[in-house]
This record gives sequence, C-alpha cells and structure tokens, in this order.
Amino acid sequence: MKQYIIRRVLISLVVLFGVSIMLYALVRSMPSDYVTLSTSTNPNVTEEMRDHLREIYGLDKGIFEGYIDWLLSALRGDLGESMVMKRPVSQVIAEYAPITFSVSLISLILQMLIAIPLGILAARKQYTKTDYIITTLVFLGLSLPSFFFAAILKRAFGPYGLDWFPIAGMLNARVNYPDGMTWAKLCDYFTHLVLPISVFVITSLGGMLRYTRTNMLEVLSADYIRTARAKGVPEHRVIYSHAFRNTLIPIVTLLGSSLPALFSGAAITENLFGIEGLGNIGLRASQMADVPYLMGFNMLLATMTILGFLLSDILYAVVDPRVRLS
Amino acid sequence: MTNADKNRNQRLRQVKKENARRFKEFKKAKKRKIPESEYVTQMKNQDNILEIDGLHTFFYTDVGTVRAIDGVTFSVPRGKTVGIVGESGCGKSVTSMSVMRLLQEPQGQITSGQIRFAQRKENRAIDLSKAPQKVLEKVRGGEISMIFQEPMTTLNPVFTIGRQLDEAIQLHTEKMSKKDIAAHSVEMLKTVGIANAEGVYKMYPHELSGGMRQRVVIAMALACHPDLIIADEPTTALDVTIQAQILDLLRNLKDKINASIMLITHDLGVVAEMADYVVVMYAGRVVEQGTVQDIFHNPSHPYTIGLMKSRPNILGSEGDRLYSIPGSVPNPVDLPNYCYFHNRCDRCGKECEGPFPQMVQLSDTHRVACYKALENQKEVQK
Amino acid sequence: MSEEMKNDQTAASVDRMEELEENRLFMTPGQIVMRQFLRNKLAVFGVVILVAMALFCFVGPLFSEYGEAEIFYVNPETGVEVRMSDHAGIASAVLNAKAKPSAAHWLGTNEQGQDVLTRLMYGGRISLMVGFVVVAVELIIGITLGGIAGYYGGKVDMIIMRIVEMFVSIPFIPLMLIVSSMLVGFKISPQYKIYYTMFIMGLIFWAGVARMVRGQILALREMEYMQAAEATGIRTSRKIFRHLVPNVMPVIIVMATMDLGSVILMESTMSFLGIGVGIPYASWGNMVQSVNDNVIMRQYMNIWVPPGLCILLVVLAFNFVGDGLRDAFDPKMKR
Repeated sequence: MKQYIIRRVLISLVVLFGVSIMLYALVRSMPSDYVTLSTSTNPNVTEEMRDHLREIYGLDKGIFEGYIDWLLSALRGDLGESMVMKRPVSQVIAEYAPITFSVSLISLILQMLIAIPLGILAARKQYTKTDYIITTLVFLGLSLPSFFFAAILKRAFGPYGLDWFPIAGMLNARVNYPDGMTWAKLCDYFTHLVLPISVFVITSLGGMLRYTRTNMLEVLSADYIRTARAKGVPEHRVIYSHAFRNTLIPIVTLLGSSLPALFSGAAITENLFGIEGLGNIGLRASQMADVPYLMGFNMLLATMTILGFLLSDILYAVVDPRVRLS
Repeated sequence: MTNADKNRNQRLRQVKKENARRFKEFKKAKKRKIPESEYVTQMKNQDNILEIDGLHTFFYTDVGTVRAIDGVTFSVPRGKTVGIVGESGCGKSVTSMSVMRLLQEPQGQITSGQIRFAQRKENRAIDLSKAPQKVLEKVRGGEISMIFQEPMTTLNPVFTIGRQLDEAIQLHTEKMSKKDIAAHSVEMLKTVGIANAEGVYKMYPHELSGGMRQRVVIAMALACHPDLIIADEPTTALDVTIQAQILDLLRNLKDKINASIMLITHDLGVVAEMADYVVVMYAGRVVEQGTVQDIFHNPSHPYTIGLMKSRPNILGSEGDRLYSIPGSVPNPVDLPNYCYFHNRCDRCGKECEGPFPQMVQLSDTHRVACYKALENQKEVQK
Repeated sequence: MSEEMKNDQTAASVDRMEELEENRLFMTPGQIVMRQFLRNKLAVFGVVILVAMALFCFVGPLFSEYGEAEIFYVNPETGVEVRMSDHAGIASAVLNAKAKPSAAHWLGTNEQGQDVLTRLMYGGRISLMVGFVVVAVELIIGITLGGIAGYYGGKVDMIIMRIVEMFVSIPFIPLMLIVSSMLVGFKISPQYKIYYTMFIMGLIFWAGVARMVRGQILALREMEYMQAAEATGIRTSRKIFRHLVPNVMPVIIVMATMDLGSVILMESTMSFLGIGVGIPYASWGNMVQSVNDNVIMRQYMNIWVPPGLCILLVVLAFNFVGDGLRDAFDPKMKR
C-alpha cells in the first residue's frame, strides 16, 4: 500500500509538471497579454511604454524561456507577483483561500447531511413515490444552470423581491465592524452567504445523492444483508447499521476527491454574488491574462487533486477493514 | 411484425397488467395490521416442529408466473433431520426462503398454504406465512436460524466476527450484560471447533478461510439455541475434507441442543449421512417422501430412481458410464397441471397424460406422486 | 406394454412439451430494455420533453416570420410596430425594446428590440447542436484512446492515462476563457467561432469518456466469460466486436446521454459569460445574460426566465433519459 502511494505520488508529480507546461503555453499564447489588455483604454500609453512594462512583467521572454524562469522560481517557493492584484501570488492565495474554503466546506457538509440520508431513503423506497420525488428534485438541482438559479434566487429573495437576504458581497459595507469576530458580524456573514451556499448545495447535491442511492441498492442485494435479516435484525437496523457501514466505503472515497473543489470554489457563483474568493479572482485573472496568478492558482488545485487522492486512499483504509495500510 | 409476434406482445401486455394489479394489492395488504387470531394456529401433530401444508409460492415475472412451489406438503419432526433433495431450480431454496419469509417481495409471494411452526417458548403454534414482521423478527435467528451456502459472502465484511455474533445473541436474549454476551460468543466459537476463539472474535471475515467462516456462520446460527436450523447447501462451497467436518459438527451440535434440521442439498451422499427423512422435489412439487431407508432402498418415483442411478458408485466396475436422466428440468413459467417429468420418464404411459398424480401412500412413512408408483416399486424390488 | 408403444408414448409427451415450449412467452433483450425503460415514468417524461423541444427549435421557426436577429422598431406617434425590412418606416421609428408580451411578441422583445420567442427557438438549435457535436467528438476520441489503453494496457495505457489526468486537472472555465480570447484575437467571425468552440470542448471532454471506457474494458477482461472466450482462441476482431463492444455499449450510451445534458449546461454557462456563442447569434445562455442588468432582472422577467427554463428542461430531460437507460440496461435493477 505504502509503495503504491509513493508510486502514485511520483506519477502525479509528472502529471503536475505536464499540466504546468500546458497551462503556461496556453496562457502565454493568448493573442493579447496583460499589458495590452490593461492599457488598451489608455491612449497616453505608447508602444515603448508597453514594451517597458512587458519587460517588468517578464512578458518579453519567449514561452519556453518564460516557463523555465517560472518553474525555477516556483520550485524555490516563489510564485511571482499577480498582475491583477499587484501582490505576490502566495499572499493573494493565503488571504482569499479562507473565504473560498469556508464557504465550500459549509456547502460540502450541508450537501452530505442532505444527500446521504435522502439517498438511503430513496434506495429503501426504490421505485415508490418517495423515490420518484427525491429523484426528480435531485435532477432538478443537477440540471439547474448555476447562473440562472443564482439570478432567480437574487430576484426572489433579494431587494427586488422579498428582500430577505443581501445579494452581493460578504459583509454589509455600510456597517463598520471591528477587526475581531463579533456576533453581529457573524450574523451578517451568515445572511450574505445563505443564497450563494444554497446555489452551491442545490446544484451539486445530485451527484452524491445518486451515488449513495446506487451503492445502497447494491449493498442491499448482498448476501450479508440476507444473513442479517435471517438473524432477526430489525429492518431499520439492517439499513442503518449493516448496509450503511458498507455504503460508507464508496462515499468516503468520494469525499477525498472533493478536496480540490474546496479551494477552487465555484467561480461563477462567487462572481455572481460578489464574493471575493479564489475562483472569482481566477476568473478575472484569466480575463486579464494574469500569468503568475493563473499558474499559482491552478497548480494549487492540481496539488489538491493529488492530496485528495491520497486522502481517499487513507480514508478507504479506515472504513474498509479489508484494506490495511501496512 | 408477424402474427405470432403480435400475439406474443399482446400476451406480454396482459401479464404486465395482471402483475401490476397483484403488486398493488400485495402492498395494500402489507400495510394492514394483522391480528393475532389470524396467525396463531394449532399443530396437526404435536411431535412436529414445522408443518408445511399445501404451500404455494409464486414469482410473478414479466414473462409469466413461475410456480416455484406448487403445493408442497411435508413436516419436520422435533429433533430430526429432514433432507430436501432435487436439481437446482426445483424449489428447494424457495421453500427455505418461504419458511424464513425472506422472499424478494412483491415479485415472490406465498399465495396459499400454511407454514405452521411450534413456538416452544410461547407454548403455541404460529403460521409463519401470515405472521407479521415483528413476530417474524423474533422467530428468525431465535427459534429458526439459517445457514447459507456461500460462506465467503454471508458475513458482513466491515464488522468483526465478534460483533456479528454478539448481535445475534443480543437480539434474542433479554437482560444479558455485554460481557456475558461476549463470553457466550467466544464459547460458541469454541463449540464449533475454532481453536483460537478469542483471537477470531476480534477478526474480520476476510481474515478467515471459507471453512472457518462457515463455522462462524454455524456458531451464529446456533448461538440462541434455535429449535429449527435451516441449512441451505451448507457444504456445497467447501472442500470435501472440510465438508465432512462441518457435517459432523452440525450433527453433534444439533443433538446437543435438541434442534431439528431442514437440510437442503443436491448431494445424496450428504442426505444419506445426515437425514432421518427425505423429501424429493421436482419442478416445485414433492414427488416422493419417506424415511432415508424408504428412499434409498425403495425409491419409487422414476425421478428418484434416476437420481439414485446417477450417483457415482465406487463399487461399480471401472469404465461404467455414469447414468444421467435424459432431458432437463422444464422451464418453470406457467406450467400446466400434469406430471412435468413425463417427457424425461422412461416408464411414461397413457395414464401419465392426465393431471398431476395424487400422492400414493406406499407405507406409513413413504409417499410418492406417480401413476405407476406401485408398478415401479415392484420393478425395483425385482 | 410393447417397446414400440412405449416409444410412441414418449414421443407424444415430448411433442406436448415442445408445443408448450413454442407457446411460451419470452422477451427479446430489446424488449426487456424497452420494458424497463418505459416503466420509468421520469425517463418517458424526459423523452417527451426532448421531442417537444426538438420540434420547438427546429420546426418552430418555420411558423415564425421573424428572423433570429431581426430588430423591431415602433413608431412613437402611432404606436405601430415597424419591421426592420421597412426602411422607410424605420426613419421615424424608435427601437421597440423591452416590449411587454403581446400577440405580436408572445414573450415580448429584449433590450435590443428582438423577439424573445424567435430567439428562444434559434438559441435552442445552437444549444442542442452544440450538445450533439461535442458529445460526438468526445466519444470518437474518448472511445478510441480509452479502448486502446484498456485493450493493450502496458506502456500505451500508462501514457494515455497520464494525458487523461492532465486534461482532467485543468480547470475548465479559465481554459475556455483563454481559448475564447484566442479565437477573438485571431479574428474568427462569430459564425465560425461556435464550431471552433464545439471542437475544443469535445477535445477537452474526451478524457472522461476515455477513462470510463478503459475502466470498463479492464473490468471486462477480468470477467470469467471473457477469459473463457479468450481460451477458445477467437480472433481479436471478434473478441472486440462480439464481446467487448456489446458489453461496453450500454455504459457509453448512458454516459453520452448524461453528457449531452452537461455539455449543454457548460455551453450555456460559457455563453452567459460571453465566451460561447456571440452576438448576433442567440443561445439560451447569452439570452439569460440580460439578467446582469438590474432593471431587466427586476422588471422584465419575460426576457431572462424563459431561456433559463429551457436550459433546465432540456438538461433535466437528458438526465432523466440517461438515468432511465442506465436502469434499463442494468439487469440487477430489474423489478
């Protein structure tokens, strides 16, 4: 197992390397670079000034050379300076990651709390009305375009509709909060996050719910479930103890793979609700061809993907006694 | 589309409609609370632990009704072993699943008949085919327990052996401390001949071999001292050497707790060794039943005779071809009411075209369903 | 009984059994799948939606005299609508923007004075077409490479799977933003841009298909019946087409159906962000884009809600159908 993981990590490093090359080449081959994009509306900027700026940003070098430079400094831990944010990339990530992470984590937890029990219920009542209702709702969520759903929620619950929740930002800008965390501030965060988190949860609930249902159905037809029934185990205990422990195995592996999503957030939802998170910045960065941020952000995600894989393996060994890390 | 196709599609639709109606009715009936008077009954013979009487279990499929059990009647006397033999698909396992009420519902339903079971502790008899879920849960594992065919998959892979044994005990005993339960579990493991009982108690199923697992399953089945053990092909998946050990174990333990065994197998050797009574099934019906002596020394149904002949015989001269019954078991969907064996039977005559033959009583214990029973018997005796 | 008579008897009874056998009901594999599928009411509902949508998008425009990008004007004095072709009338008319739903414009007009219902039909064409083309491209590449990786294994497998992983770990939206800006930079007209976009989406999405096909083939190779087939020494082509393909096919069909939904969702998201289908062409995604204007969001729901609902319905339908097919193909799901 250990050997397997080491091998997996080594292979992943190769993949990471490949991803970084592809990404760098792509971003740099955009027909207009950051300098052109950011100065195009300013008629006072001359071509010489642009060239000078390019030199400063390191955009004067060719793709190959530029990549080597980026790689060497990245290996030393220096991800360069974000052009859009005008600050070191690592600082930007450190500052905004907690926002994205906490929003995504809350969503993920809510998602699990809803998806797993409902998935089990749908499996138990397979092909009954309950199952049909759950399935329909889940697919509705799965098929909702997040931008459309966000718009509907904003219209319905925002200032133009019921005016229950604010529709942009993380905090009310008109209130001056002290630096620390106070109760009022927390409440304000909460009201701002209700709508975006609803969008996150409802549009991504389906995958996990269907997964739970399918696995539960599979487990319910297993021989050991019949054994449990033959032992006289009451039906609810058959489901929630015997079957559930076995369904947990695939669900847990799914959790590991959602690690990168905790950091990437849903760029579009963040953008629509004006949440300053990593995904939202990433969206702007790609519009402005911000090479260092894009590289830093995407490499973070790719690394998280690999860590998520490791996490899956470890969790797998925790829930399934047949697998032991030795 | 040809005419035949059209006809077929029409019939398919009809089957579909009928099944839908049946399932709906079944679900409705399931919700009803069953009063005690409906399932408490009397045993016909007080010596019996289980009496199956005119049992019909049908499976409603898309292509018609499978009469998996079509009027089966036999009983299991207290403290005795009854072997049920037949080819695969003859309804042996469905019989056991019907007794446990573990059929795949609503496709599989007990449509008529009684399964009377004597509840010693409660001093009454109940009809398992009608008993409500709550009563069944008490009976399962407590008074009737089951040993399955495939030891590799019958144990839950994520729980330790100990936990699974403890659960079985805890479900059917009141006021027993955790410690006592654990001690009893270890005791049971020792009883089924597991040397390192304490160690195995903490192990997971995947750490044990098939034979060991089957011992654990037996320990689990016997843990609550059931009155009836249903063993569904308990040794089929095991090595021959282990088979003998497991059978010995089962026989000894059964005597120890004075239980009865309903042994389902296709292996006549196992039956000869274990059983007191034998029931021979063919395509969902009992074709012959009697004591072991009756069946082995005096087989009277052509099918039983065929089975006996197709056993490998060490005493037979080398190069003898093994006998095999010609043809195969009929497709069980929508079988009409006549002797299904007649197309494979070498003694088939004019009278065999009629409805399914009545049981003929050959002796006090020996019954057979064949028009030519008496004739056959004479022939065999010759 | 004489030997001859006995033979006759047996023959007669065998005949009777044969007759019974002939009369027996059976279902062809196709019928079984069909039956299972039709049993799933949601899947049937999905098919109905899809058929209706296809009719709406492809046949609907025949009944509408309005053009996709046609702009409507209105004479401010008389209040009479003026069409774009009426050059004389336009001179004294103003844009008939954000008109309320009426008999002439069932869903009103948008901020540019275009008929919303007509654009909904043309937008649907684009969305459905993008879905089918992208899925076709991803299937062709994915099945080929996944099949090769799974069948041959070893080094080939290793290399292909690493490429797949690379494609999977690149985040999609930034990538499409970059690609889109490249397309704009190379001055590709909006009319062709959509084709490029489709092709590139297919190029990105193939990785998922390849991974799945490979997984299936690897699993099949482990199956005992496959080993049995191999043991009989059949030809490679026969092995692939008689054993592997039929077994992988259901999974591919299900995946393709589900992917049709997610590609349409993706395309609409891109169009919403302004990087997919561009003006003047309509797409459901870019029609919802009007919602970014707060006034439209508040007062003109007839402009942005219908296209959003169309996306929802079509994606939902594909998901229902895909799910129904999966259950129908899976013999374990039988009821």
